[in-house]
Amino acid sequence: MNGQTLWLLAVALSGVSSIMGAVNIVTTIVKMRAPGMTWFKTPAFVWTVMSAQIIQLFGLPALTAGAVMLLMDLSFGTHFFDPFGGGAPVLYQHFFWFYSHPAVYVIILPIFGIFSELFPVYARKPLFGYPVVVISSLVIVGLSAIVWVHHMYASGTPNWMRLLFMLSTMLISVPTGIKVFAWVATVWGGKIRLTSAMLFALGGLVMFVFAGITGVMLASVPVDIHVNNTYFVVGHFHYVIYGAAVMGVYAAIYHWFPKMTGRMYYEGLGKLHFALTFIGANLNFFPMHPLGLQGMPRRVASYDPEFAFWNVIASLGAFLLGVSTLPFILNMVSSWIQGERASDNPWRAIGLEWLVASPPPVENFEVIPTVVAAPYGYGKNEPLVLGQTLATDPLSSESNGSGTEFAARG
Amino acid sequence: MSTNIDPQLNAHGGAVAAEVAIAQGTDHSTDHGHDELGSLRFGFWIFLLSESIIFISFFVSYTIYKTSTVDWLPAGVSGLDTAAPAVNTVVLISSSFVIYVAERFLHDNKLWGFRLFWLLTMAMGVYFLYGQAVEWSELEFGFTDGTFGGIFYLLTGFHGLHVLTGVLLQTLMLGKSFVPGNYETGEFGVEATSLFWHFVDVIWVILFALLYLWQ
Repeated sequence: MNGQTLWLLAVALSGVSSIMGAVNIVTTIVKMRAPGMTWFKTPAFVWTVMSAQIIQLFGLPALTAGAVMLLMDLSFGTHFFDPFGGGAPVLYQHFFWFYSHPAVYVIILPIFGIFSELFPVYARKPLFGYPVVVISSLVIVGLSAIVWVHHMYASGTPNWMRLLFMLSTMLISVPTGIKVFAWVATVWGGKIRLTSAMLFALGGLVMFVFAGITGVMLASVPVDIHVNNTYFVVGHFHYVIYGAAVMGVYAAIYHWFPKMTGRMYYEGLGKLHFALTFIGANLNFFPMHPLGLQGMPRRVASYDPEFAFWNVIASLGAFLLGVSTLPFILNMVSSWIQGERASDNPWRAIGLEWLVASPPPVENFEVIPTVVAAPYGYGKNEPLVLGQTLATDPLSSESNGSGTEFAARG
Repeated sequence: MSTNIDPQLNAHGGAVAAEVAIAQGTDHSTDHGHDELGSLRFGFWIFLLSESIIFISFFVSYTIYKTSTVDWLPAGVSGLDTAAPAVNTVVLISSSFVIYVAERFLHDNKLWGFRLFWLLTMAMGVYFLYGQAVEWSELEFGFTDGTFGGIFYLLTGFHGLHVLTGVLLQTLMLGKSFVPGNYETGEFGVEATSLFWHFVDVIWVILFALLYLWQ
């Protein structure tokens, strides 16, 4: 058994386990939501997680099919992808990208959900266009199934196919743009609290917009063929995955850290972490764009002296990113051990998780609550669940407009 | 998943909520974690839909190979014999009706009727596998003979593996029927196995049309 066989078995095995996870998560969300939690009272994060897992359900089996066929080719002598035996190597690329482009949406959709949850909390405004935002997730799911060939413009694909997939790829930026618009509109004119979580969410949004612009550029066939296999593509990818996804995950960690651990983190260290990450990420990944436009190929360890300037900047950024994890780790470990005790709802957020203690008790709720509203009623002074007494609720001071008591802690 | 409720906790806490709901005269049991059978059924359906994508991928590969390969059939092979596979097809399709009869018997709490027709379904499944093995042994090409040989054995083999899985599940369910009182309140495993069997059946019909009828 060689390394490739082992790798393909791992692909198949992790595919099966991911499908099991997706079946579990989608079923839980569709069939087991709290009473009263109709679809348009379900948190945007739940919508996006479900959307991501629907992609897993239809995308992964195609990758598994390709992996099985490749395994047969490499280990048992079939000719599915072997051109000398009548096979079609490009077919493997189709299988690979039919899953692996939607896989990027599997990563980014829950991040969209995190943005949708965090901006209302830290801007004290309802999520702008909530129904449109959550439906956009499903539109992204549908379109994500018909964009994969944009990875294969240079693989000898016929012209009609290139045009079709250029169109569908540009189309998928519409629901994504709707979400960006909704987040900006949510933050717009809000009473903004720049906590570490909010800083990471805003930073992630800015970098995601940049990634989206290069994404639409790459969707265009002439541009893509020009920069194909250069650092421009690498730059685009890293703005999505580091700029949006990693920053979004950091935002989520800071936001839910008090709920998970029952402790507050240190805001100072969190903000230092953000500054280092934001500067480091942009220093690291922005230079990839000019480098790519100048023609520096990807996947090559060395480079021509003419590319030195931007590479040195990128390396500086990479070191900065490495250093940025130190205040993060220090903050998380020390806060968990000796941080200030967190209240049930330190951010005065609306949501089921903020109705229970921090950290939540084993049973979550003694009595399953009946949901009566979507969790975005900021400034409306309306209950989230049946029988909630707003007088004793920390949200009740919302209408009084006292913003100072949420000043950063730590 | 902070905004979601752990299904196990939900199921447990749901019982408390149900008591409260009953006490208050409002029953919400249809719109949250109570509908366990419904959840299992839904989960199994989306699993089968997901599973069908693997077969669809193979079918698409087959179609691409068949329509684009210059020397489609290996040298010395004129085509596939359809007579024996047609008999196999009839047996497999019929077994879908037989397993339905078995399910009806179980529904009416007639355990021996269930066992008889369930066993008949299993026998038909085993016959299908036997027929497949005989067909394979008489073929004059192997899986390394071009893309035709590869995709033929991949499709029939992968489907055969599903038939075998179905028969093994049926064996398990038959065994469970001998545990006293086991199936008195219904058994989702029987329903799921039956659903899986119909799925394997539908896949075969498409497979038969593509491989044997479209030559």
